[in-house]
Formats: sequence, structure tokens, C-alpha cells
Amino acid sequence: MEIYEFRYPASIAVGRRAHVGVVGSGDLEILLEPAADGQARVRVRTSVDGYGPIWKTVLDRFFSRFPAIAAIEINDFGATPAMVTLRLQQAFEESRA
Amino acid sequence: MNAGATPLERLLARRSFIELSARERAREILDPGSFRELLGPFDRLHSPWLEMQNIVPQEDDGVVIAKGRIDGQPAVVMAIEGAFQGGSMGEVAGAKITCALDLALKDNELGTPTRPVLVLETGGVRLQEANLGLAAIAEIQAAIVALRRYVPVVGVIAGMVGCFGGMSLAAGLCSALIATRQARLGMNGPEVIEQEAGIEELDAADRRLVWSLIGGGQRHAVGLVDELVDDDAAAIAGAVRAAFVRGLPARHRSEQVALFLDRLAAVDPAEKLNGPALRVLWGKGGSNG
Repeated sequence: MEIYEFRYPASIAVGRRAHVGVVGSGDLEILLEPAADGQARVRVRTSVDGYGPIWKTVLDRFFSRFPAIAAIEINDFGATPAMVTLRLQQAFEESRA
Repeated sequence: MNAGATPLERLLARRSFIELSARERAREILDPGSFRELLGPFDRLHSPWLEMQNIVPQEDDGVVIAKGRIDGQPAVVMAIEGAFQGGSMGEVAGAKITCALDLALKDNELGTPTRPVLVLETGGVRLQEANLGLAAIAEIQAAIVALRRYVPVVGVIAGMVGCFGGMSLAAGLCSALIATRQARLGMNGPEVIEQEAGIEELDAADRRLVWSLIGGGQRHAVGLVDELVDDDAAAIAGAVRAAFVRGLPARHRSEQVALFLDRLAAVDPAEKLNGPALRVLWGKGGSNG
């Protein structure tokens, strides 16, 4: 297991917290909450070691499109980058619904 | 769906319960709009033991506790998430269920007939939490026995994990047990039996054989499951409601000690028993599923 932390400048306010996914094979759990400090913070716990650069790429791309002012916690159980992106978008959509 | 529909149309009209997450399952069982989660993921009551062993935890520890209503009556659903660590029972997951059962007991003692539903999707004890998991399961079992004096404790086993280990004993203590054909109910899972006793004893990859022994249809035919239902959310929610309408059984399954001792006495351990033969010996001759 590895833990990563990321920070991004953010500009889109989210209305409410959102929870999506499950810590099951090939999937991940995301907890997204509005952040008070105007930034985006992401904490990743992943069962698969050695993928730090991939996480950075996936999150860079996500926040370039959706700079959500949010604290995001990810519990990953081997999700592919595509799955991670879909779950992030799902959480973002739910937080703005 | 009208009665003239083809079997395929009826199949496509179903909403699969098996494919739902624990949270969605609880929502389906409760009256629409009444779902309210207690100790949800944002309360971050996860297992303290998994991270120490380099295992990613889940923030609800794989158990969803939801208050709500069933047919307008207060209810609590305790749903285990089979996708997280095989639905295994650790210290926190087990304590959440025990506390929910204890609060339902307190309600019933004080005259509020809170209806308890367990959605069992579990391989049993979480091996990484060892004795704490075993103790948690014992507490769940004691809480079921205390609560069922007042109100039926209804168990649902939908699949595809099934219900195994100590939690299969918890299932056996339920007042009413509802299962699908995809469900399995047993003490040791087939992989464990193959590993311990050899492939001559049981080929765990032989799905037809495994389900003929411990599948929902077989367990219903020999009287260990009360209701066999399709994998359909509405059908399962309906079966839960019907179980509460029926009320408490005259005697719980686990109180019928003489019956089950007689059944065991009828089995010759020298003979290799199979599913159909057990139906003849114990059940209704295979008329169900």
C-alpha cells in the first residue's frame, strides 16, 4: 500500500459532499467534500505500489478540466486510470447536483 | 409487467439486486425516501487494523447501517458490502451491526417495534482481525437471539459472495431467511474444503456441483432457507415485507434441536452424499428450485 498527497489551485465551488465507489477489485472509493481554503487537496491510499507518476498524470488532467475546491480522499483497490477518472467525474457531478 | 410477457421480457424487466452495492440494497429494502444512513463513510469509522497490514481500508468498513421504514413501520437495515474484503467481519464492521441490533432491541423493549433486516454477503470472519472478528460475530449472534424474542430478524442472502463461516450461523439464527438461487450458504466455502480435504473431496471449480450442495435452491429445498426469490429488487423487498407480516415463527429454526439431530442421525457418513440425495433424505424431494 502507498499513500500520496496532491494539491491543486481550484476555482469551482462544490455544493455538497459526495461518496462514490467501493474498495473492491478494480474499483476505488472516493469521498469528496467542499474545502474551506480555496484549494483542492487529494489524498490517495492505493493497494498497488509504484504508480505515483500515473496518479499525478490522472489527477493533473482531472483538475485541469474540473478545478473543484474540494478535499478528496481516495481508497483505491487497483482501479485503472480510466476507472479513476470516471469515478472522479461521478463524485464531482454528485457534489454539484 | 403483464402476464403475457415472454420469459425474456420478464427477465429484462427485473432490477437485479445482486448487482447493487450494500448501500443501494438497503435503499431498495426500505420504503422509498425513508433511507437515512448511520455511521456513513464520512464518519470515517474504518478498521484501524488493515492499514497496519498494508491493506487499503474502506471508510464504512464494508457495513451500511440504514434507518428507515418498512411498510410504514420503523426499521433498520444492516447491509454487508461483499465487494470489500469479501464482506468479511472485522471489529468495526461487526460492532456496527451489533450496535444496530442492540438499538433495535432497546426500541422494541420500549414499545417501538423497529424491524431488523440483515443483508448477508460475507465470507465470515476477517482473517486480518482474527479474534476481534470472531468476537464480533459472537456478539452479532447473541444480539439476534435477544432481539428475535420481540420481532422477526429477517436475513437476506442474495449472492454472489454468499454467506459463510460464523456469519452462516448468524443466518441460521434469523427468524426468516430469504435467498436467491445465486446465493450460497455454508460453513466452509468450497475453496477452503478443496484446499483442506483435496480435490477428490470437492472440486471448487465445479459450479454446478457447488450450487447443488450449498446453493440457495438446495438450502430452500432442505428447509434451511424459508423463501426462495428471483434476483429482483422488488421481489426481495416484497419477501422482506411478507416476512414481517407473517410475524415470529412458532419456533425458530435454531430451537428445533431434536429435529436437526434426527436429520443428522439419518445421514450415513460412510456414504458420499450429494445434493439430490439430501433433498430426498431431509427435504421435500426436490420440488423447489
